[in-house]
Amino acid sequence: MNLKSIRRAAVPGVAALALLMSACGASNETSSSDNNGDSGTSLSGNLKGGGATSQEKAQEAWKTKFQGMNSGLTIDYSLLGSTDGRSQFTSGALSFAGSDSYISDDELKKANERCNGDIVEVPAYISSIAIAFNVKGVDKLQLDAATIAKIFDGKITKWNDKAIADQNSGVTLPDLKISPVHRADDSGTTKNFTDYLNKVAPSDWKYPAADAFPVSGGLSAEGTSGVVKQITDTNGTIGYADASQTGDLKAVSVKVGDAYVAPSPEGAAKTVAVSPVVSGREATDIAVDVDRTTAEAGAYPVILLSYLIGCKTYTDKAEAANVKGYFEFIVSDAGQAESSSFAGSAKLAPETAKKAQDIVAQISAK
Amino acid sequence: MQGRTDVTARTAEAEDAPASWASVRGGVGDRIFSGAALLAGLTILAALAGVFIFLALKGATGFTKAADVYGPHASSFLGYVGPLLVGTFTASAIALVIAVPLAFGIALVISHYAPRWIAAPVAYVIDLLAAVPSVVYGLWGAFYLAQKLVPMHVWLHEHLGPIPLIGKLFGEPSPAGRTLLTAGIVLAIMILPIITAITREVFSRTPRLHQEAALALGATRWEMIRMTVFPYSRSGMVSAVMLGLGRALGETMAVTMVLSVGFNISWNIIATASPTSIAANIALKYKERSADLLNVLVATGLVLFLMTFLVNFIARWIVGRSERRMAR
Repeated sequence: MNLKSIRRAAVPGVAALALLMSACGASNETSSSDNNGDSGTSLSGNLKGGGATSQEKAQEAWKTKFQGMNSGLTIDYSLLGSTDGRSQFTSGALSFAGSDSYISDDELKKANERCNGDIVEVPAYISSIAIAFNVKGVDKLQLDAATIAKIFDGKITKWNDKAIADQNSGVTLPDLKISPVHRADDSGTTKNFTDYLNKVAPSDWKYPAADAFPVSGGLSAEGTSGVVKQITDTNGTIGYADASQTGDLKAVSVKVGDAYVAPSPEGAAKTVAVSPVVSGREATDIAVDVDRTTAEAGAYPVILLSYLIGCKTYTDKAEAANVKGYFEFIVSDAGQAESSSFAGSAKLAPETAKKAQDIVAQISAK
Repeated sequence: MQGRTDVTARTAEAEDAPASWASVRGGVGDRIFSGAALLAGLTILAALAGVFIFLALKGATGFTKAADVYGPHASSFLGYVGPLLVGTFTASAIALVIAVPLAFGIALVISHYAPRWIAAPVAYVIDLLAAVPSVVYGLWGAFYLAQKLVPMHVWLHEHLGPIPLIGKLFGEPSPAGRTLLTAGIVLAIMILPIITAITREVFSRTPRLHQEAALALGATRWEMIRMTVFPYSRSGMVSAVMLGLGRALGETMAVTMVLSVGFNISWNIIATASPTSIAANIALKYKERSADLLNVLVATGLVLFLMTFLVNFIARWIVGRSERRMAR
């Protein structure tokens, strides 16, 4: 009887002990990181940012490197999604935002109020979206936007369709059903991909650019990794995903001007470099309308362009110094090299990088 | 409620003249226990009410948003939630069709057929299935099972497809196997342990005397089970199925990962793309959503909450009616 009651007491006892121990462990960690703050170098404190999930890997790379250079600084980038990132920046909850689309005119008014003046908006993360396919025996595929649109809209259903064969002489195409793969979750990748189709082949792709994929019926998978896995696993599939994540999959070369261009970091950077800047914006705001229809040789127009958004002047000195330091690092050659090697993104073209560097250098405290 | 008045009455009585058998300390213990039990019960009710109030407040505006919020596949709330409801209930129905007979069978084997040395380990392993996180089922279902089921999909389409009526369920098969049928199979495995564990318990609670009486009258073992075990366990069996259904309706990760999502309602359960479940849709859309869409998602959550209640009430009502008839 006695033994039994001891055994009964033991279970919650052990649980309580475990709880206590984990609580101690956690408090140790925080206190040790606080201690590190004292021995910091130039920048210190807490820098809060957030927004686009597309920047996740790049932000991780920049954050790790920059925190290593400034041991007193803690950078926190929350993956809120672009829309929430911008709205939390304009409400003052975040010091900076990451966003897949540039700030809209309505948001700009609120942002100007929050900043007591101009905002800073620079491209920071460029990535090609590869249109990857898996068809046994086919290593190379060239398609124009109209054909891609028809495939993803379910209008072209066989791999040996005349529209595909005409653009790929010398390639033996199988009599196989095409299974287009799209994202099941809402995503900036989908928005940029559908924007490309809508701009370049408006008569074959009537849906406006949107985070949610507009056509029902094809295969879908969650996240970039899910799409890549689905394409890898199934013969006859074609889908779009961040080029840095497609691994060994073959990618479609898309028609630009008269030539076919394969996805590459250089091609993506080139598209941004030749795209026009939105007119009527302040000098510190490089909002770019990505020119999907460009005929520039070597430019790859199916890209995702993500921005950093901050204020030109901050009331708080430390906040200004932190944002300035972090932004300067990101658009510097070292920062771009870091994200390029870790996240597989494209480095900014030299002229774009120069412009961005000049702009973020103007960030100051009031 | 009754317990509480009972206890206060008894303590009042105890203050006047303690009964010979009751110690004062015992009275305090009683009061603490009844208070704690009442608190536990009320906490559940408060939590349920809290969830309902949250869903109703946050989701209220979700029913009547501008048409483009529901886009690109629908233009009204009904159009948005309709396919999701169909997806939710189809996947759950497939799961129940597979899991219920299997679970009842396993429970019977464990409680009545198998010798003890087999029954105990089998029961243990089935219980272990419940401990596997749903993400793991999702990974397994999406990355392993789905591909392995592709030949089965093709077979079903070729052999059952031409049959009228039933054939509608097995139309053009998916090349990837990530279909409602596969999602239903994964769900079935997930709800199997709950249904098995509960039915096993109620089966083994059948009074020995009933069973022996049936056997003494010359019933075979199966007849004995039909005449004594099933009638005695009916309400427990329904409870078990309801708990399983509840889990299947609300299951999120596994469906999110397994199913290839579309928005067209069709009879074909092996189609390339099928409407997903409400819970899975919330998980998919939550990350990159506008503030308006969030309200819509919460509103769909409210619909699921109410549907689950409704299904439970109907099942309870059916059980209650059949038991009253049996008592007569």
